[in-house]
Amino acid sequence: MHIPDGFIDTPVAVAAGVVAAGGVALALAKADQDDLQDRAAMTGLVAAFVFAAQMLNFPVAGGTSGHLLGGLLAAVLVGPWLGSLALTVVLVVQALLFADGGVSALGLNIVNMAFVPAFVGYGLFRLARLVLPRSRPGVLAATAAAAFASVVLAALAFTVEYALGGNGVEPASTVGAAMVGVHVLIGIGEAVLTTLTVGAVLASRPDLVFGARDLHGKPALAGAGP
Amino acid sequence: MTATRRRIGGFVAVGLLVALVLAFAVSRFASSEPDGLEKVAADQGIDTGATDHALADGPFADYSTKGVDDPGQGKGIAGVVGVVVTFAIAGGVAFVVTRRTPADRPAS
Repeated sequence: MHIPDGFIDTPVAVAAGVVAAGGVALALAKADQDDLQDRAAMTGLVAAFVFAAQMLNFPVAGGTSGHLLGGLLAAVLVGPWLGSLALTVVLVVQALLFADGGVSALGLNIVNMAFVPAFVGYGLFRLARLVLPRSRPGVLAATAAAAFASVVLAALAFTVEYALGGNGVEPASTVGAAMVGVHVLIGIGEAVLTTLTVGAVLASRPDLVFGARDLHGKPALAGAGP
Repeated sequence: MTATRRRIGGFVAVGLLVALVLAFAVSRFASSEPDGLEKVAADQGIDTGATDHALADGPFADYSTKGVDDPGQGKGIAGVVGVVVTFAIAGGVAFVVTRRTPADRPAS
């Protein structure tokens, strides 16, 4: 879902760049609120894992592929502030070193793939946890639902950007319907991969899952973190 | 927190190893079909304004490695570089912005 240069016109791309820069500045200032141990190593690991996973396109219907976006995964593992920073690093490295995602579209891609999943997606995770049992299966069910939603939300964010500044003649409603249609399928893959990964960490080191801190004697979900 | 704090060196090492194996060895088997956005853009003709990437001549552009002819191998090498670089930068950023560890905080 990396937007190349020239898909979205310059004013909207620049506006997204301003929003992304503001978001990164806020995340840098608030990162200390993501209260977990060994945050540097964990944030680096999450970024490295998401980078690797994003290389692994899996086929979905109709000659199309998708890959893990990983923003919701990052937020569940290290918190939304550090998680959005990890995704931002991945996207910057992809744009500058691997020519993946336009340099002029970097702000758009950071909004869609770092902030929407790590904040809107993580907010849905928190909401889902409120209504689900306070247990590992509850955490995993919330993870699956929010991971799926995060991909559809990212597709909708692109649709909004297209409506505001897309270089195309198709109406945004048509583009949006197509984007949501294919990303519902990719979102299922996102849910499966994210749930497997969070499940693996919960099985080996449950104390390292930020979004499940309350299962391990921390009075979490209250206090630190949004 | 301090009482239950466990070392994570082994966990991070295993996690990095998994990422390196995925990036080096598994990436060559990934689907090369267009992704969801690329497919929609081509189908709907909204990619007409797209321009070449400004850094398309870089040494690892498009997940290949300049000077490595085998595309699978080139992708794998590019993947290893990406894993190392993202780990270092993201870890470095997090280190700088979160210098206080939870254990350093005054008890509340």
